[in-house]
Amino acid sequence: MDFELSEDRRMLRESLSRWLADRYPPDHRLKVAYDAPFHDPALWSELADLGVLLAMATEDAGGFGGSGFDISVIFEALGAALCPEPVLGALLVSRLLAAAGQDQSGLLDGSVRWALAVGEPDAPWSLDRIATQARGGRLTGRKALVYGGNDADRFLVVARDGDRLSVHEIAASDAEVVGFGTIDGGGAADVILSDTPARLVLDDAGKAIQSALDAGRLALCAEAVGVMDASFAALLDYLRQRKQFGRAIGEFQALQHRAADLAVEIEQARSITLLAASRLDGEGAARMVSMAKNLIGRVGRQVAEECTQMTGGIGVTWDYHPAHLTKRLVMIDHQLGDTDWHLQQVMAGIRA
Amino acid sequence: MDLNFTPEELAFRDEVRAFLRESLPLDISDAVRRGGELGADILSRFHALLNGRGWLGYVWPRDHGGTGWNAIQRHIFEEEMAAADCPRILPFGVNMLGPVLIKFGSEAQKSHYLPRILDGTDWWCQGYSEPGAGSDLASLRTRAVRDGDDWVLNGQKTWTTLGQYANRIFVLARTRADGKPQEGISFFLVDLDNPGIEMRPIRLLEGGHEVNEVFFTDARIPADALVGEENQGWTIAKYLLTHERTNIAGVGRSYRALAQLKDLARQTMRDGRPLIDDPLFAARLAEVEIDLEAMNILNLRMLDQAQKRGQPGAETSMLKIKGSVIRQEISDLARRVLGPAAAPFPGSAPDNLALLPEDAVNNAADYFNMRKMSIYGGSNEIQRNILTKAVLRL
Ligand SMILES: Cc1cc2nc3c(=O)[nH]c(=O)nc-3n(C[C@H](O)[C@H](O)[C@H](O)COP(=O)(O)OP(=O)(O)OC[C@H]3O[C@@H](n4cnc5c(N)ncnc54)[C@H](O)[C@@H]3O)c2cc1C
Repeated sequence: MDFELSEDRRMLRESLSRWLADRYPPDHRLKVAYDAPFHDPALWSELADLGVLLAMATEDAGGFGGSGFDISVIFEALGAALCPEPVLGALLVSRLLAAAGQDQSGLLDGSVRWALAVGEPDAPWSLDRIATQARGGRLTGRKALVYGGNDADRFLVVARDGDRLSVHEIAASDAEVVGFGTIDGGGAADVILSDTPARLVLDDAGKAIQSALDAGRLALCAEAVGVMDASFAALLDYLRQRKQFGRAIGEFQALQHRAADLAVEIEQARSITLLAASRLDGEGAARMVSMAKNLIGRVGRQVAEECTQMTGGIGVTWDYHPAHLTKRLVMIDHQLGDTDWHLQQVMAGIRA
Repeated sequence: MDLNFTPEELAFRDEVRAFLRESLPLDISDAVRRGGELGADILSRFHALLNGRGWLGYVWPRDHGGTGWNAIQRHIFEEEMAAADCPRILPFGVNMLGPVLIKFGSEAQKSHYLPRILDGTDWWCQGYSEPGAGSDLASLRTRAVRDGDDWVLNGQKTWTTLGQYANRIFVLARTRADGKPQEGISFFLVDLDNPGIEMRPIRLLEGGHEVNEVFFTDARIPADALVGEENQGWTIAKYLLTHERTNIAGVGRSYRALAQLKDLARQTMRDGRPLIDDPLFAARLAEVEIDLEAMNILNLRMLDQAQKRGQPGAETSMLKIKGSVIRQEISDLARRVLGPAAAPFPGSAPDNLALLPEDAVNNAADYFNMRKMSIYGGSNEIQRNILTKAVLRL
């Protein structure tokens, strides 16, 4: 057993965190995350130059990482800095292009921005309900909340052809892309496809899509852990600093115990995320990732609500950076399966 | 024991219900259902509507232009307003300052200000909290110093709800530096047009503008702006807070929000069935409904006690805690029910994205906004402190 990060990953984490602290401080994040294109394209290129995208892909695919721990290290750092860059879409697409054995150099060097269009309005998370149709090289359907879709050059689209799921490539300019900003910062889009020309990338793709989504869910769990750490650190600062009734509010036992509970829950969240990272790509990965995403959803809400409550009025203001952390924590539950959906996935395997 | 309304109370309820059904403009109820911010126009028109019927002063005695209703009637009135998707009556003039002036004001203050609250001439806001004085309100530092016939105000207030629409503010200020902090505070009525007063917006986390900061720099106000006696402000403030806490449980608003939530869960398809048929989601809905049914009766029991005793007791802290938590729980489910559709920043998504019912576009923003309910008006922690001391005597 070894709970230390490898030397390479430690360096990756340090260089990424340093870059984020330097280039993506809270005031800059606030400036770009809520105005189109809802991220900073120049910094996207720098992020790619740093090798962050390469670290998410295996050597076979042209990268130098690609394991669960590579993904969790990167996303935890992005979460702590509340970075709105569309890295998640790149990860999802990279996994699928790798499964198809196709060149992804443009993705990995950051020159082409990709997003994955999978969930639909009535079936946001269940693959067996996907209704978008692939017929004769054309796609018809509607994809909801494609993160990063507002500023993507190309999409991979998951569609149905009879009972088989397949993955197709389209150019953003060939579809109706309805972009918008999200309540927690960053951009997304609905993608409307009507007889849209597409190139088949992967046929009979159910397994590959599941595996890409597992990686994406792990990434969100790790991001949430990073956000929780940052939220909690801000809360502790506030409890020490804020004085009422002649003393620091952190001296009130009513708040101390709740802060202690949060510390316990955050360690639980970190632990299950480590477990999911270690199991990614192995037997039973999907169920383990669902366990993690369920716990992350529950703890995320608790951390967000408690941090807001214990910072009083300040905690609900726009100019207080940690308020944006709490929004992100809550809204992560709306991405790639919420608490209840993942609970149902875990329940489905309970008799095994 | 009889948990039902009397025939007279039912007749009263029907009268209120009929009036609101006939007179409440559709654009107002639509805006309330949609959630999010209501502008000054809607709020003022609603006040005018009630005032026209003689019902705006619903917590005031008759001889001051109020209705003279008892606690049960006020409750029924509030429940019916919520059920009909009315905006909230702005509490600052009607529920807070009105009762204060009636009890502590001079004859001149009463006859000048009370009618102006009802007819909409004055829009009041509440200047209690300061950056350094939130839960510990008595530590407030805004100072009022006597200078000839005037008072001179210096300091800062914050969290001033809807101050951007107000023309007046009632202010707690320190008028004596020595002694216990509670004993050196006075209550002032201030015209916001006075030189030396500046209002700045505070943006809330979901993006809305409903609170402000107010800065006083050598703002001169006349001697007759003082309510009650010098250094009597804390007594007045506490009296006002008991009135702020009427309808603190917000039972009617929660019933209405739950009904809207169920509608939405019925309309929302998730994995081949309406979300309301999903056992996990239905269980969450059922639990809130159970809590709400219980709180409705708890609320009525406390109203009944308050009516018999003549004023609410410390038990109302229970209603503040439970009422805010239930309302927040409902707003949590109203966000979750939307799944991915909760994500767009309100107003950021173009119209052709509106796959979700129009009433639901603000659900995520409302969830974040509702966090305030357990913070303002005495946070839930402070309510627990009151309960443990005043009721449990621990
Ligand atoms: C949306 C909104 C609207 C508002 N509108 C108005 C308005 O119109 N006018 C006005 O005057 N004020 C208004 N307020 C201010 C509100 O009353 C204060 O926010 C509230 O009193 C809490 O004070 P604070 O924010 O300074 O938090 P703090 O008092 O700093 O509290 C921070 C945390 O510490 C906890 N805490 C504090 N003391 C104790 C203790 N002894 N034991 C245990 N826990 C404790 C609190 O519960 C909270 O969780 C508004 C606030 C909000 C958020």
